[in-house]
Amino acid sequence: MLPFAYEKPKSLDDAVKALADEGAVPIAGGTTMIDLMKLYVLQPPKLVDIGGLPGLGEIEETDDAVVFGALVRMADAAEHPLLKSDYPALSEALWLAASPQIRNMATLGGNVLQRTRCPYFRDTSYRCNRRVPGSGCDAIGGINRLHAVLGTSETCIASYPGDWAVALAAFDTEVDAVSRAGKRTIAFADLHLRPDDHPERVHALKEGEVITHVRVKKTPLGKASTYYKVRDRESYAFALASVAAALVMDGETVKDVRLGLGGVASVPWRAREAEDGLKGQELTPETARRAGETAFRDARTYDHNAFKVPLGVETVVEALMSAKTRA
Amino acid sequence: MAELPLIGEGAPRIDGRLKVTGDARYAADFSVPNPAYAQLVTSTIARGRIVSLDASEAGKVPGVLKVYTHENAPKIEGVPFFGKGGQAYQGFRPLQGVEIKHEGQIIALVVAETLEAAREAAFRVKATYEPQTPAATFGDGGTETEVAAEISKQHTDPKTGDADAALKDAAHVVEAEYETATNHHNAMELYSTTAHWTGDHLTIYEPSQWVYGLRAGVAGELGIPQDKVRVLSPFTGGAFGSKGTVTARSALTAAAARALNRPVKLLVTRAQGYTTASYRAETKHRIRLGADGDGTFVGFVHEGFELTSRPDTFLVSGTESTVRMYGFKNVRTKVSAVRADRNTPGFMRSPAEVPYMFALESAVDELAWKIGMDPIELRLKNDTKTDPITGKPFTTRQVRACFERAKELFGWDRRVAKVGAMRADGELVGYGAALACYPTQLAPAAVRLTLEGKGRARVQIAAHDIGTGTYTVLAQAAAGLLGVALDRVEVELGDTNLPAGPISGGSVATASSVSAIMKAAEAIRLRLATAATTSNDGPLAGKDKESVVLKDGRLVAEDGTGEDLTDAFKRLGVGTVEEYAEWLPDGVDEKAMRGLYNGSVKIVGGPMQDRTQFSFGAELVEVRVNPRTLSIRVPRMVGVFASGRIMNRMTAGSQVLGGMVWGVGSALHEQTEIDRRYARYVNDNIAEYLVPVNADIVHQEIEFLEEDDGEVNLAGVKGLGELGNVGTNAAVANAVYHATGFRARKIPIRIEDVLKSHLV
Repeated sequence: MLPFAYEKPKSLDDAVKALADEGAVPIAGGTTMIDLMKLYVLQPPKLVDIGGLPGLGEIEETDDAVVFGALVRMADAAEHPLLKSDYPALSEALWLAASPQIRNMATLGGNVLQRTRCPYFRDTSYRCNRRVPGSGCDAIGGINRLHAVLGTSETCIASYPGDWAVALAAFDTEVDAVSRAGKRTIAFADLHLRPDDHPERVHALKEGEVITHVRVKKTPLGKASTYYKVRDRESYAFALASVAAALVMDGETVKDVRLGLGGVASVPWRAREAEDGLKGQELTPETARRAGETAFRDARTYDHNAFKVPLGVETVVEALMSAKTRA
Repeated sequence: MAELPLIGEGAPRIDGRLKVTGDARYAADFSVPNPAYAQLVTSTIARGRIVSLDASEAGKVPGVLKVYTHENAPKIEGVPFFGKGGQAYQGFRPLQGVEIKHEGQIIALVVAETLEAAREAAFRVKATYEPQTPAATFGDGGTETEVAAEISKQHTDPKTGDADAALKDAAHVVEAEYETATNHHNAMELYSTTAHWTGDHLTIYEPSQWVYGLRAGVAGELGIPQDKVRVLSPFTGGAFGSKGTVTARSALTAAAARALNRPVKLLVTRAQGYTTASYRAETKHRIRLGADGDGTFVGFVHEGFELTSRPDTFLVSGTESTVRMYGFKNVRTKVSAVRADRNTPGFMRSPAEVPYMFALESAVDELAWKIGMDPIELRLKNDTKTDPITGKPFTTRQVRACFERAKELFGWDRRVAKVGAMRADGELVGYGAALACYPTQLAPAAVRLTLEGKGRARVQIAAHDIGTGTYTVLAQAAAGLLGVALDRVEVELGDTNLPAGPISGGSVATASSVSAIMKAAEAIRLRLATAATTSNDGPLAGKDKESVVLKDGRLVAEDGTGEDLTDAFKRLGVGTVEEYAEWLPDGVDEKAMRGLYNGSVKIVGGPMQDRTQFSFGAELVEVRVNPRTLSIRVPRMVGVFASGRIMNRMTAGSQVLGGMVWGVGSALHEQTEIDRRYARYVNDNIAEYLVPVNADIVHQEIEFLEEDDGEVNLAGVKGLGELGNVGTNAAVANAVYHATGFRARKIPIRIEDVLKSHLV
């Protein structure tokens, strides 16, 4: 780790001011930031510790949304009664993420911005366009078993590793952010950026901008939702494939459906075409599998991750059939 | 002498409280006056030369004291590679020139006032290389394959009869290739070295499985007498073979401490541990196993391929075990070494048996399906009382009893002998079995045993507790033999100021140390008994001294008459009796004792002159497989073991239970990923190198069978540290076949392998 300046503001206003300094970055739970600083992947000159700021640690229900303060701990959100009863996918995605120790530290705002686990990104001795723009991508042609098959580019095939954001992507979600330029609201679908030609840009936040809230629009889709995660071991492992599925059924027929995909894409992935294909259909393992195949139709695979396509398709089936039992 | 029970009490660890309260002092915990902190810099290429090393930016980091590179590093003599009779982890010495032989080779050592400064400076050392294309693993251009028997004096290829001819006529033959992955130990405790000089005397604190070896190695590398070096390693936080041999860092740290004239503490990062110490190399196997119509084995061919480094020939030669498992009538084996541009592999828990028994026990299962026989029946049909290679008898071999009991505990009778035929909770269920084994090995050991008249005892031996329970079982041995309570026994380990103990490797520690304690305890008993029985008065006067034993704090004769220890000691006129004893295994000459003190290893076991000695066990595993995603979990495992005298059913149980967990890791999780373009380890951390977690294995049941083996050693103890994780990988793979019809011939079994088989 390199030396850095550290500031702990008392109010959000002070934090925003402190974050306006060049290179300043916010830190809360620190579970990604400290990790990457120890690896020299991130070398911020200044950390602004927003972990203790008042007013951002609550989950609130408004008329039309569930609003998560950015500093709510993953563990607390996972156990929240409203999520467990009305949005089980959001609770399960948190439960199935990381380890208890990490869930006790990590905050929701930081969690949605979790960085990729691509080993070539995490080791400064390799080429990585995401870390050093234009340097090349060692994951292409390297060990890429855990890498993305959707939303990749010629410059980067890293996968988004998180769970909760995948569940958020399945709903109508927005994030509130603040910077010296003021407050704004960003649609969740616009928050994470696909690598395209600029993999170094991973999110839409501007310099010095910080997430204050995550808001999920209330929906009947929440009740019959689930988060299904397939991984190499039963706990503390990143998804090989995961699916957030949410349903509104009319008898055996799908009235409305949402599908978020994780572990397989460069960003938290919403499978809209697959959703459209299912609407108005009877939900059976066969129609679910067709939806899965649609979701992965544009997949592009590499040396070690071609299995994510058939696995992802089957994971869609598991998630949909499991969600259906809740409808 | 008092008898130790065949299965000892499950006494909780006497050091348990120290460990859970954080009071147990691990090597890096020792404080030394005014320490400087060191950090390694390691190469990012696997093969080539260093063109330049720029330490100018590193030198500017506040607090940096010194950056050692090949240009200014202390000269290290280099002691021989362990495989050639020395102590060194590998024959090649880094930091002595510009040549790079493997990824992660030490290219600089930074010493600073603080750990933080050392780390930052290490990051700022910039190396420029002239790289060459490396060969990473099997099948890569540039690897060299050599026949083990032609390049290694220690290796012979066991054979008997004419296996190839026998297989030609066999009714059923399995012919298959198996592969095991690269594995790293990943002990919780990281590697570290602390070096502290006082005058010309050096003290080293380092987690170790072999303190006398470390002393000899460091002394040899620094060119100083061994008696000028003391090594301390009272607690080791996991080792599994990785902390046995002497790595380059130890002498480098000591040399830096001498040059800087202050103690130096080197902490090795998790990733650096992957390349500056040993690991389990990947292996390949070609198996041919044939049986006649009723399942009687007629021929077995086992060819092994092991990866090793360019400079060193490290071989585990597991055919020495596989050929002795069944009554094979005809056997042919051959082991080959394949050299690549990698760091030298080394010992990792059951080094030979984990990969080689995976191949054999998978092939036996394949043959059972081919014949249409229950796989346990097939094993029992081919059980043998004699070693098929030497024709000598096994000392004890309870393979049948282990399987019978394991079947009962597991409910094996519920098995439906058809692939994919068993289901529960919507999942595919599979049952798998495998034989576990480990050669009973021994090493010379010396001990000092003390008994006080007040009933306190002390055991002093430079053996090691690598998490196994050595403190506790040696205390139990002393308590049982000297007739005192367990909590009155103090045990000192892991210090070269103590009598030399065996290397904690090859599962020799308990058997060898307890045998030495028995010798010392007998000498103490004899002194007290002689005095009591030859005295003119007292309750034991005139009794047969051989009939007098130490029991419950008393010296007693067979008829129950006796006296308190305090009286016995009064007669002797001393408050304390101390005995030093040296114990040598059968067939080892006395020179080996001097060797033990000088850091030279002598381990004997397995096939001996007149007998063959092994521990055995039966492992049964249930797997459940999701029929859609084909993800595999292990809801339960049963292990039944027969391993001579069990000193402590609890610590022994923990060892084999943990071993079986590791076996599941071997089957389903553990794999060091190698980027073949660069011959570099990619997942060199414990977030991405997966080992099983609690949630992966729901239920385990362990049982030991009583086994009275008077031949293996004085104590009747067979080692079991390395028994539990043998065969488990095959049992899991066999269960996966039963559940899915997918035959895993390569481990770990990955979801993609099973998916692929189902999609075809």
